[in-house]
Amino acid sequence: MSAPVLVVENVTKCFGGLTAVSELDLELRSEELVGIIGPNGSGKTTAFNLITGFYEPTRGSIRLGDKRIDGLRTNQINRAGIARTFQNIRLFPDLSALDNVRVAFHVGVRSGITSRVLRTQSFLDEERRIGRAAMELLERFDLARFALSSARNLPYGEQRRLEIARALATSPKILLLDEPAAGMNPTEKVELARLIRRVKDEYDLTILLIDHDMKVVMGLCDRILVLDHGETIAQGTPEQVQRDPKVIAAYLGADAVA
Amino acid sequence: MAPNATARLVLQASAALAVVTVWARWIAPHVNPYQLQVINYIGINVVMAVSLNLINGHTGQFSIGHAGFMALGAYGSAAITCYGGPHLLPWLSGTLGLAEGTAKALLLNGAMLAGGGLAALAGVVVGIPTLRLRGDYLAIATLGFGEIIRVIILNLDVVGGARGFTDIPELAGTFWIFLWAFVTVAVIARIVGSTKGLAYLAIREDEVAAEAVGISTTRTKVSAFLLGAFFAGIGGGLFAHNVTYLHTNMFTFMKSIEYIVMVVLGGMGSITGSVVAAVVLTALPEALRAIEKYRMVMYSMLLIVLMLTRPQGLMGRHELSFAAIRRRLAVRKGGASVAGDVP
Ligand SMILES: Nc1ncnc2c1ncn2[C@@H]1O[C@H](COP(=O)(O)OP(=O)(O)OP(=O)(O)O)[C@@H](O)[C@H]1O
Ligand SMILES: [Mg+2]
Repeated sequence: MSAPVLVVENVTKCFGGLTAVSELDLELRSEELVGIIGPNGSGKTTAFNLITGFYEPTRGSIRLGDKRIDGLRTNQINRAGIARTFQNIRLFPDLSALDNVRVAFHVGVRSGITSRVLRTQSFLDEERRIGRAAMELLERFDLARFALSSARNLPYGEQRRLEIARALATSPKILLLDEPAAGMNPTEKVELARLIRRVKDEYDLTILLIDHDMKVVMGLCDRILVLDHGETIAQGTPEQVQRDPKVIAAYLGADAVA
Repeated sequence: MAPNATARLVLQASAALAVVTVWARWIAPHVNPYQLQVINYIGINVVMAVSLNLINGHTGQFSIGHAGFMALGAYGSAAITCYGGPHLLPWLSGTLGLAEGTAKALLLNGAMLAGGGLAALAGVVVGIPTLRLRGDYLAIATLGFGEIIRVIILNLDVVGGARGFTDIPELAGTFWIFLWAFVTVAVIARIVGSTKGLAYLAIREDEVAAEAVGISTTRTKVSAFLLGAFFAGIGGGLFAHNVTYLHTNMFTFMKSIEYIVMVVLGGMGSITGSVVAAVVLTALPEALRAIEKYRMVMYSMLLIVLMLTRPQGLMGRHELSFAAIRRRLAVRKGGASVAGDVP
């Protein structure tokens, strides 16, 4: 097996007296699709926030390849190759769908301020290239017809897809999806699952995915991690996790097992 | 250069030439000194409003310190032309053999660039605390900063202190004012219009998401303050060398508020909106002089009515451009299959 691309080692995050994530260990291998599930408030989003640098771990370390990334700023972690979406969609609401994606290309921009002001040919070429790449992404996510609409005016499902498209524009190696299927109807969920798989193959991505929908998670993921009150209570293939009494207890309450 | 770019350059140059000709042949002869002064103020206020718009409108950082940056540019450049001018002018025209007009133009623009640089430096200094401060707190911090600058200048005797700075050479006429207004608009529009410039808007829209797509919110905010302050400094330089007299009373926070009103009225983040608002809000109080007693009442009433009817500002977040108009027409005709609204 290849070396892990992301290693989360013994990571704990406390908010005052509350331990939101406790001694989390997680290894992602290249092009794996791993799921995180767990009841509300079990620390899933906090785990994402730790990996992407929104929070600094209270204890433990996070490595991307062989580089420590805990303690880096969020934008540096994104540049290092980790992109994410948010549980409560966070688009740039007043920017067009196209500009939402375009702005995510900005890190790779070569043109300096002078060539931008003078509109040199190389600047114009670069802008055209970025515009085309952004448009291609929109097409791939079936959003091309919304290119010039403000993001806030997009239907809900489209907003979710646009957020993924925007994350991909930063050319990540690892993509973190926080409840991408939330609020979608069953048909949309099936389509989204198909899209995630396709995107993963086309971009050679490693994906970490949070979702409450068992069908989505079980169908998509190679491996699943189950959190409860910040603790990792189970880890394994979908089948293993599904049968785990601790998981059933966490989800249905201890009574259901008895 | 591509043929397309060349063609555009020729077009722009001819447009500029046409404007200058129309101005010189048909308008200038009929303008009295008072009207000319109003026109000059319009140009200066365009520089100020458009540069503040970059900070407040595009980047969404509420700054009330713009008059402070303007003061730095005004006093900085005036100090150079007043104290350095008498030595520099003879040197420029004598040793280098430049014509008097050229030497003066060099002196003015050199001094203004230095004043702009000074303001930009201050912009960075103010920009750094903004990394921590948001909303109201930032507003108060920038307000304090502007006042500090004012008080420091008030106590600097070399630039006149409480007496005011007098006998500044009258170097900035309508030509320079409007040239710089044009440069300010063009530079800021081009910066904001590029992919990299979208980062300013992204910060206004959602700072968390901006960080998540790799935007260094720190650097971007500081650069907004740097650029905005630089052009505010240029605006100050133009003002100083047009009015020829400076007093710190001209740069109180009420002045900053005036510019904020222009930005808000024009539409946060709309450059054309800021330009229109700068023109309207500079000309309006003058036009209302006829009803002297109720002038400020009318002015305030008009602002209230405008904000009630168009809370997003005159232009909202849109720009007035031929491309936008074309797009809109195309959509109306059903020519483009664009859903939702069109920016
Ligand atoms: N910034 C914060 N400050 C204090 N407490 C926090 C903070 N962020 C999260 N928490 C707490 O940490 C715990 C885990 O929250 P988290 O958002 O990670 O849960 P989650 O598993 O994503 O839940 P959900 O399924 O509802 O999204 C919760 O009790 C939450 O209240
Ligand atoms: Mg969550």
